[in-house]
Amino acid sequence: MSPSTIIFYILAALVVTFGALTVFTHKIFRAAIFLLLTLIGVAGIYILMEMQFIAALQIIVYVGGIVVLIIFSIFLTSSGSEKVNPRTTLRILSAAILSGAGLIFSIWVVSNHIYVPAGIAPIEPSVRNIGLQLLSYKDFGYVFPFEVVSILLLAALIGSIVIAMKSKKQ
Amino acid sequence: MEQVPLIHVLILSSILFFLGIYGFFTRRNLITVLMSIELILNSVNINFVAFNKYLYPHQLEGVFFTLFIITIAAAEVSLAIAIIINLYRRFNTIDIDDTNTMKY
Repeated sequence: MSPSTIIFYILAALVVTFGALTVFTHKIFRAAIFLLLTLIGVAGIYILMEMQFIAALQIIVYVGGIVVLIIFSIFLTSSGSEKVNPRTTLRILSAAILSGAGLIFSIWVVSNHIYVPAGIAPIEPSVRNIGLQLLSYKDFGYVFPFEVVSILLLAALIGSIVIAMKSKKQ
Repeated sequence: MEQVPLIHVLILSSILFFLGIYGFFTRRNLITVLMSIELILNSVNINFVAFNKYLYPHQLEGVFFTLFIITIAAAEVSLAIAIIINLYRRFNTIDIDDTNTMKY
């Protein structure tokens, strides 16, 4: 086994462990920190796949933006722990059966499918190539989704300000 | 990285996806539901990047899909947190069972 393979399995174990802790822990603040570690592990997997741009984006947007936002909102809203409900047992049982069956089914599908690589000369996923195709007007260019997503971000910005704004009457 | 079979990456992302599904159904705090959604989106991103890297290395479509998913996840989280803070201000709780009013 080469070092990168070993690093991949270590990272995969860390991602699964921290993801499970995110879902199973009872303290909400700890769940946010475990989510942070999961996202950093996923960024490490991107770096192993030589997708440095996506890894940097993952760190900047998810770790630097989303998790910080989630932690702020935890401080604003929560008292630190979740209450236990009598109906929780049924819910946990049904969710465990559903997700376990789904996991087994999808692993079965994934392992029975035969993957055929395209076998054409690869292009490097560098920032130069990504940027050239992202802003290209020609075929397979992504300038229209780029503009649409910029409008979406503007709408989300204004919308979240309007929704979270305190009204004067209260 | 070429020694790692594609199927192991896919199994990793499946495990992450169904952990997110499990958390989505069992959590009762709205913010932890949001965290489960982040796990689900991340597993999808791993799938896109892995397929791009292993099967179709001559194009960059997986990279673009991952890029747009990350952008939309950021927008979605900011809106959801605005809604959650507004809910907390009105009902003084963010429990999923207690916040069942859409408009009043």
